Amino acid sequence: MTKLWINMGPQHPMTHGLWNLKILVDGETIVDAEPVLGYLHRGVEKLCERRTYNQIIPLADRLCYVSSLCFAHAYCLTVEEMMDLEIPERAKYLRVIALEMQRLTSHMTWLMAIGPDVGLITLLLYCLREREYFLDLLQLQTGARMNQNYPRIGGVAQDIPPNFEHKVNKIFEKFKVRVKDYHKVTNESSAFLKRMQGVGTLSVEDAIAYGVTGPNLRGSGAKRDMREHDPYEVYDELDWEIQVRDEGDSLARFHVRMGEMLESCKIIRQALKKMPDGPINVKAPLRPEGQSFRRTEDSRGEVSYYVVGNGGESPYRLKVRSPIFCTMNVLPKLLRGVNIADVLAIMGSIDVCIGETDK
Amino acid sequence: MSGLFDLAGWSQEISAFVSGILAWIADLLGGWIPWFYDVANWFRSDAVIEFWGFVIAVMIMLVFAVINLLVVLWMERKLYGRLQDRRGVMVPHPWKKIHKGTGFLQNLADGIKLVMKESITPRNADKSMFHAAPAIIFISSVMAYAAIPLSTTFVLADLELGLIFIVAMFALSPLAVLIAGWASGNKYTLIGGMRGAAQMLAYEIPLLLCIAGVAIMAGSLNPMEVVAAQQRTSVLGIENWYFIPQFIGFVVFMVAILAELEKLPFDIPEAESELVEGWLTEITDIRFGLIFMSKWMKGWAAAALVVLLFFGGWSGPFFPQEVWFMIKTYIVFAFFVWIAWILPRIRIDQILKIGWYELVPLSFATILIAVALKFLSHFGMGWF
Repeated sequence: MTKLWINMGPQHPMTHGLWNLKILVDGETIVDAEPVLGYLHRGVEKLCERRTYNQIIPLADRLCYVSSLCFAHAYCLTVEEMMDLEIPERAKYLRVIALEMQRLTSHMTWLMAIGPDVGLITLLLYCLREREYFLDLLQLQTGARMNQNYPRIGGVAQDIPPNFEHKVNKIFEKFKVRVKDYHKVTNESSAFLKRMQGVGTLSVEDAIAYGVTGPNLRGSGAKRDMREHDPYEVYDELDWEIQVRDEGDSLARFHVRMGEMLESCKIIRQALKKMPDGPINVKAPLRPEGQSFRRTEDSRGEVSYYVVGNGGESPYRLKVRSPIFCTMNVLPKLLRGVNIADVLAIMGSIDVCIGETDK
Repeated sequence: MSGLFDLAGWSQEISAFVSGILAWIADLLGGWIPWFYDVANWFRSDAVIEFWGFVIAVMIMLVFAVINLLVVLWMERKLYGRLQDRRGVMVPHPWKKIHKGTGFLQNLADGIKLVMKESITPRNADKSMFHAAPAIIFISSVMAYAAIPLSTTFVLADLELGLIFIVAMFALSPLAVLIAGWASGNKYTLIGGMRGAAQMLAYEIPLLLCIAGVAIMAGSLNPMEVVAAQQRTSVLGIENWYFIPQFIGFVVFMVAILAELEKLPFDIPEAESELVEGWLTEITDIRFGLIFMSKWMKGWAAAALVVLLFFGGWSGPFFPQEVWFMIKTYIVFAFFVWIAWILPRIRIDQILKIGWYELVPLSFATILIAVALKFLSHFGMGWF
């Protein structure tokens, strides 16, 4: 049978964002795949060289519209290290709370998107319903639903409102009940398992060789989480567990993320209890000098920033390593030999965000 | 209870009444021009009354089909809205701009919108076939209504082989899917059309074998007879609806009919997330609307088929036959909606595997059960 190149993108229901996945199919089987990026390239790294250090924070927010806070925070963390700045304890806890809340909303978006991918639109509406709760909490803390511009170099922008903990507890109780609903329509339904189980298996050696990080790596069996292995803020003082699955297929990645959502709830509750009183911000120098490199755990994987300052108002050079850009490399390997319909299950479980992929 | 609506009789009476009026006018005119008396006689002749009676019956059935389509579409939207923790369609109202209500007219509004859309024919398309496909689909699904009886009296064509006719009409549309997929000249539609053909082969066979099982039990392929047989062979006063003796057949039939309808767990020919809209990708304007309509028309026809074969058709106490039949079909249709919106789409190879490895052997088992029950009944054992 003749082989056929099919474009999945740039305008296609499969793509969450603006990119193109070219697949070479033989009947229903994929022979080869080629991700094409560049439709959303904004040149963020170059833009940073013309902005002051504080102006870069909102720009870093725009890197990923789903987990914007994580990117802004990683940037602030890197610049603070370059400045040798010690931020107040309360600001660290506030950052952890906001980061985990952002991780929750990001994972909810992923779960919401995987529904239509495998043809289960009901899941999308269920998840959108609960995502609103977390966005409300995030809005209470940071003042915005997306592109929050919350972390500052030397602390955070604002404190949480007084009745925040009560609201968090109420919503998390509700969420724990609703998670059972998700399990009912997903991994307790044999039709969903048929689509996800054993599809897109990624071995741990391949995952490490291709630079896959985050939940996708943990789904393959590597117990690696930057919150644990290169601790930042106060993650080492809190009690939580890394979610790992050994299977390496789409279902394993699904379980890792589902587990991480509940872990995030745990982290937020602990952080709210342990949080000390005090200032939330310190004064940061305007023209730092030096260089630094920090990595953090985004909701999709490892984010690292490399910043070089030469004593000017803006950084001399800034480099972003975004997780999904590196994960894209493994796509041809994952997709070879699977069915056309499996592309959806695999891409859905990888959780693509084009904003950060195509910087 | 007996039927409420005598389709053939009433349409004959309407026809006779209208012909009578026309004949009377012709008689009056005959006073001036003599050959109008011949016209009056022509109006009074049995053949003319019968012919126009038949046309009126068809019209009534068509009006029923369209109104029923609106109800069914609205029902699906409301039901899956509720399933997804929403309220479903609410707004459209002909003159009041209110944001509450039932939204029943949303389907009409959608239809008007689709009529106003631009009609696009792709440059690579095989034009005649591309335009023929939506017509084939719509005509075949409307024609299925001809043989569906709503009661002992409300039936358009009381065919000896009515069940075969209905299933034949169902089987026409995958052919049109293949035509549309091939003629659109697009890669997505091509794959969608091929999937449609593969799915048709895998699911027509169990569907027909299940009907054969029921036909063996009832001794007829006439839907009227099948219902009568279910009423006749009652046990302790409870009617013998065939979903109990033919339970395996019932389950297989439900799965196969969902695949036949291209409802959601089996809608791979138009898998919207991987193939954009599958074989429908290039079809625009009201042709898309016709296909959309015929999907729900077939949906109700399939529910009616399930009720006729397995749920005793229109039999039930207190209410007229038509009321019972509509209640049962809507319940079965609600079941279809529930299945469609809570299950993810199955992959093509898995669908074919379910069809060939599971449903076909099981449907042979239903025939075996039917024959065994029939055999036992000859010796006075069993129900029949």
